[in-house]
Amino acid sequence: MSKIRVVHYINQFFANIGGEEKADYQPELRQGIVGPGLALSAAFKDEAEIVATVICGDSYFNENLEKAKKEVIQMVASQKPDLFIAGPAFNAGRYGVACGTIADAVQAELGIPVLTGMYQENPGADMFKTKVLIVETKNSAAGMRDAVGKMAPLALKLARKEEIGASSEEGYLPNGVRKNFFETERGSKRAVDMLIKKLAGKAFTTEYPMPNFDRVKPNPAVKDLSKATIALVTSGGIVPKGNPDHIESSSASRYGKYDIDGIYDLTSSSFQTAHGGYDPTYANEDPDRVLPVDVLRDFEKEGKIGKLHRYYYSTVGNGTAVASAVKFASQFSKELVNDGVDAVILTST
Amino acid sequence: MCTVTPISLTVGANRIVPTVAIPHPLGNPALTHEEEKTLRRHLVEKALKALQTEVTEQTIFE
Repeated sequence: MSKIRVVHYINQFFANIGGEEKADYQPELRQGIVGPGLALSAAFKDEAEIVATVICGDSYFNENLEKAKKEVIQMVASQKPDLFIAGPAFNAGRYGVACGTIADAVQAELGIPVLTGMYQENPGADMFKTKVLIVETKNSAAGMRDAVGKMAPLALKLARKEEIGASSEEGYLPNGVRKNFFETERGSKRAVDMLIKKLAGKAFTTEYPMPNFDRVKPNPAVKDLSKATIALVTSGGIVPKGNPDHIESSSASRYGKYDIDGIYDLTSSSFQTAHGGYDPTYANEDPDRVLPVDVLRDFEKEGKIGKLHRYYYSTVGNGTAVASAVKFASQFSKELVNDGVDAVILTST
Repeated sequence: MCTVTPISLTVGANRIVPTVAIPHPLGNPALTHEEEKTLRRHLVEKALKALQTEVTEQTIFE
């Protein structure tokens, strides 16, 4: 049986081309293995070989979705692969979105099996887990061995068109697909067993986890903007120069509340970004590019808005846990309401 | 206001305004400072318009 031909997709960071400053790297096709492909290849042993690797910058892909998709698919198709693997992306948001998007497109247009991997909270996971199989990984590249350990065997199964088991068995994110099978014990016994455990305060596994919708109804529109107090909030990490509250560049554990009373323009001498997930050059040159204080001050002067709220709230969205983001916002939105703010403009990067 | 609007939709934002690019959502270093300010005004105006618009579901204000 001939070796399974695999094409691997990775980003500029895992290809060792560069970090954020190279996130605009355009798609490149290289023969053979690059970066993490080495680990995958070792796990494949003789069964499969990575014949080519496609490398693309995360910002380039996300800012040019249609164009980048086309370019990458052409490169993949040219190698006539039997299997396509993207990532793993861990908790890198743009990378996860790119992996999901390209895996989905390759599956649809080339009709070959595809596999990717990322952390459960990666936005790419919710977007694509029902469309392509996504192996659940840890939240950083420290989990590469664990990820490859799950991705390689599953990838081979997909390529050989073998039957794929349940998500909990194979290690992919639950995708909503249900398969009927006969339980060994009848339902009444299973329910009573679960109830007894619950009453005794012991751990039990539910057979039907409740879905987490986490949607909020849109609030009513602002009636009179000329009298409204508008507040700014950002996940782009804009902070006073020196980052006095030491907000982390990734996985932020806190947010900052900053006074912009009397400030009409953010400059490179007074403010900066603390965010480690995008090239900071432009935000550091002119922080208004992420937190538009200058323009809102103009609108205030012109009477377009009643007032720009004197405080803004900032954190770094890079790899920050969803639970943390929820906690921060629950806290400071109480303050915003108490301070009479009518609406918030939230900017993100 | 954000560049990768599919992410805003996934996390449940209701009023979404697409912006320029990930490292400079409300700016464009290829333009002059004046042109950038005009661009920024235009985008923030869209955001203000979105705040004044009744919506019943997630809406992207192009």
